[in-house]
Amino acid sequence: MSQDTLFDKVWDLHKVSSLPGGSDQIFIGLHLIHEVTSPQAFGALKDKKLKVKFPDRTVATVDHIVPTDNQSRPFKDNLAEQMIETLEKNCLEHKIRFFNIGSGNQGIVHVVAPELGLTQPGMTIACGDSHTSTHGAFGSIAFGIGTSQVRDVLATQTLAMNKLKVRQIWCDNTLSKGVYAKDLVLHIINKLGVKAGVGFAYEFAGPAIHELSMEERMTICNMSIEGGARCGYINPDEKTFSYIKNKLYAPKNEHWDRALRWWESLKSDENSIYDDVIKLDASKVEPTVTWGITPGQSISINQQIPLLDELSPNDKLVAEEAYEYMSFKPGQLIKDTPVDVCFIGSCTNGRISDLRVAAKVLKGKKVSKNVKAFAVPGSEKVATKAKQEGLDQIFKDSGFQWREPGCSMCLAMNSDKLIGNQVSASSSNRNFKGRQGSPSGRTLLMSPAMVAAAAINGKVSDVREFIN
Amino acid sequence: MKSEFTQPIGKISNINGQCIPLIGNDIDTDRIIPARFLKCVNFDSLGESVFEDDRKTLKGKHPFDLEENKNASILIVNSNFGCGSSREHAPQALMRWGIKAIIGESFADIFYSNCIAIGIPCFTLPKNSIEEIQNYCDNKFLFLEIDLKNSFAKAKDLSLNLEIKESSRKMFLSGEWDATSTLLENENLIENKFNELPYIEFNTLLIVNQNLGP
Repeated sequence: MSQDTLFDKVWDLHKVSSLPGGSDQIFIGLHLIHEVTSPQAFGALKDKKLKVKFPDRTVATVDHIVPTDNQSRPFKDNLAEQMIETLEKNCLEHKIRFFNIGSGNQGIVHVVAPELGLTQPGMTIACGDSHTSTHGAFGSIAFGIGTSQVRDVLATQTLAMNKLKVRQIWCDNTLSKGVYAKDLVLHIINKLGVKAGVGFAYEFAGPAIHELSMEERMTICNMSIEGGARCGYINPDEKTFSYIKNKLYAPKNEHWDRALRWWESLKSDENSIYDDVIKLDASKVEPTVTWGITPGQSISINQQIPLLDELSPNDKLVAEEAYEYMSFKPGQLIKDTPVDVCFIGSCTNGRISDLRVAAKVLKGKKVSKNVKAFAVPGSEKVATKAKQEGLDQIFKDSGFQWREPGCSMCLAMNSDKLIGNQVSASSSNRNFKGRQGSPSGRTLLMSPAMVAAAAINGKVSDVREFIN
Repeated sequence: MKSEFTQPIGKISNINGQCIPLIGNDIDTDRIIPARFLKCVNFDSLGESVFEDDRKTLKGKHPFDLEENKNASILIVNSNFGCGSSREHAPQALMRWGIKAIIGESFADIFYSNCIAIGIPCFTLPKNSIEEIQNYCDNKFLFLEIDLKNSFAKAKDLSLNLEIKESSRKMFLSGEWDATSTLLENENLIENKFNELPYIEFNTLLIVNQNLGP
């Protein structure tokens, strides 16, 4: 059993009681909600005649269903309009702070909370969304929950949970040029597998992680869940603190000094005990692309799609399914695979640094005429910043469509969808069958820089050829 | 859709039903219920859309479309079932189709806790036992009687020692899987915890600014 890790410290601090069945009752310091997984939870509160216990500790925004082309109300899609109206009504009725479209603070929930300084070290954070693990980048313990658990957090500010084990993933050295956090996390998921994290929290550590910016760290923690780990985190350091400082909801004045002292004390102790430790060499990671139907099915840009014989017996079943669905032949190179759609955005890679890196690749170049490319900033704040820096113009000049903030084609709950068996180069997080809105659509996950390179060439490309 | 859906309530100790095998590893929640069906403010109509895209692709040959499975209620799956999104819509869709328990090689974490929270026990068995059941179902109906108290399942010519997390098993037997009231029993402890957390006071803007909105 782990001891003295950040996870242990934060868990113990938030433990309210041991429940009769043997699980722990855990206090949730920050609860984030959005329109898709909350309406039924509010409905259940009403049925049970319960109130929201600590309305101050819940913050709402709208992201999954929002259109990214025309956000004027009412939305063209009646169901989407009904969902946003329901959230508006619930927030008003229960006095929950809601960052609506046009507030300047709306966006993808996992982009918004960090950029407002709501996400802080040492908190427990829950949200009805599996990518809640993102907030672990700040040294918080953050995890996705379902709607019944959203109900429980609203009603009690606590959850019944079993404590997770802790696996440290130690990343030595640093990433090479043209290789990004997305490549590293895809590499980690590939090495460990998509279910290795079940029952674990992942602590990402080591020189390569220390080197990463806060936004890159969010990309890493965001995809913990794709490796099966409901929660992923990074010990807070100077970068964490300076990212938070002066944000809207950051501690101010004497609170800042107290917060800083407390945050410092949260890091995993030097001699803390882990349930498992994995070490890998980040300098060996190359630009990485998924070829299959799980985020674990990835290869380096110059590798061939694995042959069935090269895979472990457990991976063969899904590999066969993937060859067929993706229409790829085992042994085929991933490089030069033609793409139809290029998508830059999502809670994984829709932040300002992601747009900057993609704009750098796109500057002065044109998107291939066979490609539909679009960029969706992760939040209104990201969009504003991008415009101030002229990034939107670079995207537009290259032939990218520049959209309004939202989850968009990561999960295609709005009108941004693949058509038929289109191939998409996507900076998002899931390449599941049908994920991007067409039951036969095909997704290749990669870094935003690699998506930009694919957009220019109209096929999967090595971004390192663009940035030398 | 079959007989009228009733939500489980209270203690759950026995589940009897016909097995429905679904073969495949890493079956994610987008496949169980594609995102377009998440545009709803209640779960009521999800049952008919469960595995919608997979079923369309298989043109009537998906296990959830086979006539012989239409009254099945115990789902048999392979490894990492329910990975991906946290959408409770996935187990809700399965439940509303008629699934009352799931036996598999392994489950994704969030899917598992969603199942507990809505009253669907998930049991694990080793790979070979799962494959044995799935092969058995190829030829004939398998009716299982699951006894949660003893984590045991039996059929006419088969008996299985099921595994389930002890805390989950206890929650089903006591009815505490429906957690809200159990959690609320500790209301004083919750208040105390709130008052003792170091960071609540860090964020005066969040506390003071009760008058909301952008």
